[in-house]
Amino acid sequence: METKHKKKELTVDQKIKRRNFISFGIFAVLSGAAYEGWQWLYHSPAEEQGVTAGAHKPLRRALNKTELFFRNFFSNNHLVKTYPKERAAKNVRHNSDIGSGGTPNLDNYMLQVKRLSGEVLNISMDQIRALPKTEIVYDFKCVEGWDQIQYWGGLKFIDFIEHFNLAGDTRAAYVGLTTPDKGYYVGLDMPSAVHPQTILAYEMNGKPVPANHGAPVRLIIPVKYGIKNLKRIGSINFSNKRPPDYWAERGYDYYSGL
Amino acid sequence: MKRIKEKHSLLMRWTHWVNFPILTVMIWSGMLIYWANDEYSLSIFGATIFNFFPDGFYTALNIPHRLAEGMAFHFLFMWIFAINGLVYVLYTLISGAWRELLPNRHSFKEAWLVLLHDLHIRKMAPPQKKYNAAQRIAYTAIIVMGFGSLITGLAIYKPVQFYYLTWLCGGYHTARIIHFILTIGYVLFFLVHVIQVILAGWNNFRSVISGFEIVNDKPKPATQSTPAKDGN
Repeated sequence: METKHKKKELTVDQKIKRRNFISFGIFAVLSGAAYEGWQWLYHSPAEEQGVTAGAHKPLRRALNKTELFFRNFFSNNHLVKTYPKERAAKNVRHNSDIGSGGTPNLDNYMLQVKRLSGEVLNISMDQIRALPKTEIVYDFKCVEGWDQIQYWGGLKFIDFIEHFNLAGDTRAAYVGLTTPDKGYYVGLDMPSAVHPQTILAYEMNGKPVPANHGAPVRLIIPVKYGIKNLKRIGSINFSNKRPPDYWAERGYDYYSGL
Repeated sequence: MKRIKEKHSLLMRWTHWVNFPILTVMIWSGMLIYWANDEYSLSIFGATIFNFFPDGFYTALNIPHRLAEGMAFHFLFMWIFAINGLVYVLYTLISGAWRELLPNRHSFKEAWLVLLHDLHIRKMAPPQKKYNAAQRIAYTAIIVMGFGSLITGLAIYKPVQFYYLTWLCGGYHTARIIHFILTIGYVLFFLVHVIQVILAGWNNFRSVISGFEIVNDKPKPATQSTPAKDGN
């Protein structure tokens, strides 16, 4: 009580000094904290090797949280824009041969489907080709930043599911696809997999898919970046856990949805 | 008489200084992404005069082969960039600070006079309130640009789910180009901004940290007071 009314009012210069001291002090402390925070993040440890790998731990957490947020906007009614066939590229860009190098033996090529029950189906290309064909001409987008209008034809994944009575398996949260040599593999969230524009493509520009583009059948999933469009499907499986994913093991976002 | 004059509110200072490092990280991580498909160049009459970016630039900044890392940083800091910008805009709207920031019908003519004055071609600057006409235009433009980065960014990020944004931006390619040009715009803004801050001097700079300016009132001004010195 006593000290209070003994205090004199500060002069303008004293006020200036005091306010400068406080604000610059706080500014310096916060700048230092921001710098330390950045140093911590930049040098934060890599995540443990699992379904995903190769990213800083906190950044992977952020990618996964961001996925959850943006999945709220996903809808089967949101379709990728389509183009007339004339717009499709004649020279379809080829970026990678991982898992799909060389020429496969197309005789008796079998697509393996591993069901949740453990049952394994072997589906021939003739069985797939016998079903109604769906064509799509759309802008294929690569995570690198390039894109190209491409023309693909094949069996809609959702038609495939229904024809082979796999609807029960779509209760699972994920679909995994693997090349025959197991060199490349992707995991897809179920909503994206059963999106009406997801196709098991066996034609490119109206002709059978060439070897380097994933003959005899590959995945075309326009709601994802190119990295999820696995070439040469060897087997398909269903899972409630995230299936292994080639690029997610190399620092990329698991979801990679568009 | 020396006197303290309040200038920038705490929230304006806060969002300003948060934005600076966040935008730096966004530009840097954006370059890590852009490198993977660095297709833009500047050309006049078909002759390329500048490639974005030269190899030396990339190596000096250690940019090559870091796409995944760049995306991971970009998609974390985008949240802070967006939220910080939103807080600032909401604040200016609610507090009424927008009145001092938005250009009015005189601003475009006056901004020219401000420019001539700053280039020492004209002696007198037009009268102003907190911000001069050129500042009003610049500080409003930078917010519009920030909003543009957000929208074009979303248009590239989710072109299927946010197809209407992609359409609004003129398609995927145009959205990516606008996103890139806006970034170049920030760098140019930053350069001019820093030069102006240096020229405006300490009193002005301090006000963005401590919030106040020191005004020396002349005893009994005979006529109308002269306009305040340009602040930045």
